[in-house]
Amino acid sequence: MSVVTSRASDPVVTIGGETANPVSRKVPIVFTAVTVIAVLAAISARSGDTAFRFTRSSADPTQLPEMHLPVCPTLWVIAVLLAVGTLFAWRRLLVRRKVPMWLVAVYGTLAVIGFLVWAGVGHAIPLVGLLGGALSLAVPLVYGALAGVIGERVGVVNIAIEAQLLSGAFTAAIVSSVTKQPLLALPAAMVTGMLVGMVLAAFSLKYLVDQVIVGVVLNVLVIGLTSFLYSQVLVPHADQLNTPVRLDALPIPLLSDIPVIGPVFFRQTIVVYLMYVAVAVVAAGLFRTRWGLRLRAVGEHPKAADTVGIKVISTRLWNVALAGAIAGLGGTFFTIGSGIAFNKQMTAGMGYIALAAVIFGKWHPIKATLAALLFGFASNLQNTLSVIGSPVPSEFMLMLPYVVTILAVAGLVGKSRAPAASGKPYVKG
Amino acid sequence: MNESSRRMQRVLREITTGSALVPVFAILLAMIVGAVMIAATNVDVQETSGYFFSRPGDCLLAIWQAVSGAYTSLFQGAIYNFDAGNFTDGIRPLTDTLTNATPLIAGGLGVALAFRVGLFNIGGQGQMLIAASVAGWIGFSFNLPPVVHLLVALLGGLAGGAVWGGLVGILKARTGAHEVIVTIMLNYVAFYLVSWMLRTPGLLQAPGSSNPQSPPEAANAILPKIFGPGYSTHFGLVFALLATAVVWWILVRSGLGFQFRAVGFNPRAARVAGINVSRMYVYALLISASLLGLAGVSQVLGTVNTGFTSTIDAGLGFDAITVALLGRSTPIGTLLAALLFGAFRAGGYSMQAVNQVPIEIVLVVQSLIVLFIAAPPLVRSIFRLPDPRRIRDQGLRLRRTKKAGVSA
Repeated sequence: MSVVTSRASDPVVTIGGETANPVSRKVPIVFTAVTVIAVLAAISARSGDTAFRFTRSSADPTQLPEMHLPVCPTLWVIAVLLAVGTLFAWRRLLVRRKVPMWLVAVYGTLAVIGFLVWAGVGHAIPLVGLLGGALSLAVPLVYGALAGVIGERVGVVNIAIEAQLLSGAFTAAIVSSVTKQPLLALPAAMVTGMLVGMVLAAFSLKYLVDQVIVGVVLNVLVIGLTSFLYSQVLVPHADQLNTPVRLDALPIPLLSDIPVIGPVFFRQTIVVYLMYVAVAVVAAGLFRTRWGLRLRAVGEHPKAADTVGIKVISTRLWNVALAGAIAGLGGTFFTIGSGIAFNKQMTAGMGYIALAAVIFGKWHPIKATLAALLFGFASNLQNTLSVIGSPVPSEFMLMLPYVVTILAVAGLVGKSRAPAASGKPYVKG
Repeated sequence: MNESSRRMQRVLREITTGSALVPVFAILLAMIVGAVMIAATNVDVQETSGYFFSRPGDCLLAIWQAVSGAYTSLFQGAIYNFDAGNFTDGIRPLTDTLTNATPLIAGGLGVALAFRVGLFNIGGQGQMLIAASVAGWIGFSFNLPPVVHLLVALLGGLAGGAVWGGLVGILKARTGAHEVIVTIMLNYVAFYLVSWMLRTPGLLQAPGSSNPQSPPEAANAILPKIFGPGYSTHFGLVFALLATAVVWWILVRSGLGFQFRAVGFNPRAARVAGINVSRMYVYALLISASLLGLAGVSQVLGTVNTGFTSTIDAGLGFDAITVALLGRSTPIGTLLAALLFGAFRAGGYSMQAVNQVPIEIVLVVQSLIVLFIAAPPLVRSIFRLPDPRRIRDQGLRLRRTKKAGVSA
């Protein structure tokens, strides 16, 4: 029994805490590279100001003045701060201690601010739009990542996140168009996402088909089905079936009046608020409740779980279905969440990015959510910079989130360990 | 019962119970589901079903016409067109099938080889794009003698794909980065990189054009047509068949293939046995990506040789995964699966053109085939085929009870 519990908590413990492993040199090396780039940017910076705008419109209750930062001095300050951080990281390496997570976070934030200052010379950067848009773009990723975390923790690799998102988006568009009630579309999307999850569970648990295979094939199947029905049914009857009513933003009283934070976090649609709840519930549930303990036991050591009387197959079935429902809910963002009609393949690989967030976040709901938010931020950074005009070609900005993921997976995260029984079928006996 | 009739019976039982019938029934089942979808979304069927109970014949006729019309076009677009009149035109669909199958063979082999080493290469799109860009760039920007130019472009493309995939292998071997994430991310990186190069004058963009498209390939770099200018099948098919033989040799006959399979079965055991697992990952991804590169080259120098865009991969990187899955990751199986999917692709276009059935139905049918083939018990239970294991067990039990009876 002790083996099971120690293995189950293993990936959680090693992330922030100190371990006996040799300390990695990757973080200081990456820090050094960033510092060098920052110094080069400071040397070559154009003269001028970069403004940061903290309010979205003049209608906002609290008006904050724009903050003007002179480019050259700001970049030098940031470069020096980054250099100090780098030295600190090397010092930690010398005394064989790990670089603390907060330092990485602060370092990253500084580097991003530096980049914004460098890229936005002579323009005003709308901070609220940048962060709020980032949160919106991250919504399907967060839901998808939660679905992935639940699936893998219970021992079923959920590659079908893409299919679940897409089916959720499709159903939400139709239900919202027909009933004119976007709220009804939410449970409908959850049901279709759940159905995809059930198919995944049926094939991988009953027929013992490789879970990765079922997931990939389900993605193709749902892309095919929704695209076929879109061309055959939705396009000819677009008025009745594909003019979804949009979910309205619901500002939360008081909280939404806080400058910057209010409009970013508390002036969103119900899908976003449900996301906060879902992240909190899944994170607490996985590590604090009996449901979570059983789920993780089944995913780490199904035989031991079976021995103590947990029904492995049905635990997996229902949790994969739950994961499907969560991802299906995330799919509503694409249609009723953003007020766009359904279109072929409109999820555009978001399910795979969510999968990357799961592994990036080391199978932990909170860390996976943060990874998803990082993706959302990087994508929206590109949108914002293309509006104000940036010196970097837009393709390279679009590449950024993916390059960052590769670097993170290869460098900062390092060897990550999946739940032990993830992807392995369980045969009783 | 004499010996020969017993043998006949055994062969018959193997055909009806063994895995031989499962693929046939899986394809049949998927086609039935496709037929239901075609019928259900057909306008005539919807109209006539409104008065089904007064005149059911109308509705049934409409269903029959919708389904048979679509599947006839599928067949005529993929195998042989009976409306063409003469053989030279009638056989053209079959050559289209071969053309469509060419990149699927190469790409499917790449994915299959990685599967055998326990790696999941989802990066086909990126590897194809990089390979196609390198081969295309060599193809349009140099002036080399006939055969040399083609070979240089081909090798350049393979190398480009291999570099893009080898990067994944090195990252996995060095840092333990998960290949699924890295390949997915590199797909996007490759897409944006190629898009940028295609819209930047002096890199890949055609001179004097503002479209994100490359100039057409030089005549010497184009893969020649196998059956003459009237047919689309090009020499890429020959390279793809060669690749099938090479992959078969690597996996089944070579020492490297033995190590590959050992790592694929159980990496820990392979490490204990003295195999350098990290190096096997790198080698496998190099070979896998160069095969996907071959798919990209056959696209850019064969199928679309009048200048390429950033959608030159045409989703083949993902189709290659289903091909490899259907082919159960064996070279011959992949070849057959690619031919089947090539036929679906070729036929799907004619089905869309003639019967207005969207080509996505092909995706549905393809994925259902893979699902059903992967789950033989499901197919058996639907068609009431007996389970081979149960029959064997019953036979054993029968023999045991007979023996027990004799001894008693």
